[in-house]
Amino acid sequence: MNKPLNKMAVQATINGESKAFLCSPGQVLAEVLRDELELIGTKIGCNTGDCGACSVLVDDRLVCSCLVLAAEVEGKSVQTVEGIADGGALHPVQQKLLEHGGLQCGICTPGVVVAAKALLEHNPDPTEKQARYWLAGNLCRCTGYDKIIRAVLDAAKTMREDAA
Amino acid sequence: MAVQEFLSPTSLSEAQAAFGEGAASSWLAGGTDLLVGIRLGARDPSRVVDLKQIPELTAIEVGETSVRIGAAASAFDVLHHSEVPSLFPGLAEALDLIGSTQIQGRCSAGGNLCNASPAADSIPALIANSAQCRILGPEGERTFAVEDFVVGPNQNALAPGELLVELILPRPAARTSDAYLRLTPRTEMDIAVAGAAVSISLDDSGTCTAGRVAIGAVAPTALLVKTAGEALVGSQLDQAAMDAAVAAARAAATPISDKRGTAEYRTHVVGILVSRALASARARIEEARS
Repeated sequence: MNKPLNKMAVQATINGESKAFLCSPGQVLAEVLRDELELIGTKIGCNTGDCGACSVLVDDRLVCSCLVLAAEVEGKSVQTVEGIADGGALHPVQQKLLEHGGLQCGICTPGVVVAAKALLEHNPDPTEKQARYWLAGNLCRCTGYDKIIRAVLDAAKTMREDAA
Repeated sequence: MAVQEFLSPTSLSEAQAAFGEGAASSWLAGGTDLLVGIRLGARDPSRVVDLKQIPELTAIEVGETSVRIGAAASAFDVLHHSEVPSLFPGLAEALDLIGSTQIQGRCSAGGNLCNASPAADSIPALIANSAQCRILGPEGERTFAVEDFVVGPNQNALAPGELLVELILPRPAARTSDAYLRLTPRTEMDIAVAGAAVSISLDDSGTCTAGRVAIGAVAPTALLVKTAGEALVGSQLDQAAMDAAVAAARAAATPISDKRGTAEYRTHVVGILVSRALASARARIEEARS
């Protein structure tokens, strides 16, 4: 016999803003982001942590939001692809993905943007190999990855120059 | 059914009370196995008890004689710890092979152990490093070796309500190092066809004074191959000793044939991995001296 689902009230910082939402105890963060908070930039691909389309940062840690329970982010900070650009100014990773044609259908792109931003915060000067391994969990069926990697390395260069 | 309750205790005693007595509760560490299991219908807990707000479960402590890794400490935290990767480069190699960056941000060595996959990467590395499991349950506390923790494919030795609190690794002696290698068709995001972890100690003359060899994905559980380690002790890790260790590992392997490889292939490969892991660990010891 199923008990009625208890909704939980969760308070978290989403893209810099304090937000409260209700979720079921077993609901994953990806679903809540899209269906409750209307942040539909985060895509759900495999729903089993294999494709990386739902990548977000939770307290600056890169995770698959399909493998995080929404209730786990109580009191934490979540950053989605919607929080990456600075108002109308694209983040260098976003700008370089456009310039290099590092996207086609766009389904993997939000996850790639979030994962690449996390890489460059962690390692401002990655080698190609480091970038490829870091992004190995972001599957793209269109680009063949080369253009994504070139864009990420170019974004890294731009960000280093801007910081200098 | 669906998950009806999510609880987030902040102490071990609260965790035990939160878990209750029934089999309807699941512990949640990184969730990279549990949440996939729920999604695929293989697991159906009505209560999920998150362990990550309990300080002991996520702590990583390097002491004079031992290193403690909280069972829910993420692979990312272990890999970016200031000391653990250099103390146990083989364990770090194993954790760095689990899933993607995203998965490593959540998954834990403790979870990898509890999930008890025959192909788990971190289990051979924990066995080679003589890790102990500290377990807390309704009947009290017990501690035993990692090699005794996994009792079958995806089956661990935890009794209902018991919790793996932490992994305790003896701090490596001087001139001791480890290594883990696995074979996969791809370089990333794959599951081992075969794996091998070793830990060896050498004296100043290069004679092996202690050796442990563990193999993965070639038996229902990761195995400690005592005879392989014993074959190394007293030798200079010369060809004859290496061959004996390799032969012992192959003799201990009882793999299945499946889409990842035939039993014959896995048995052959696991020997090669043992040999290369030994060479890697020896190189690490020599590098540390020079």
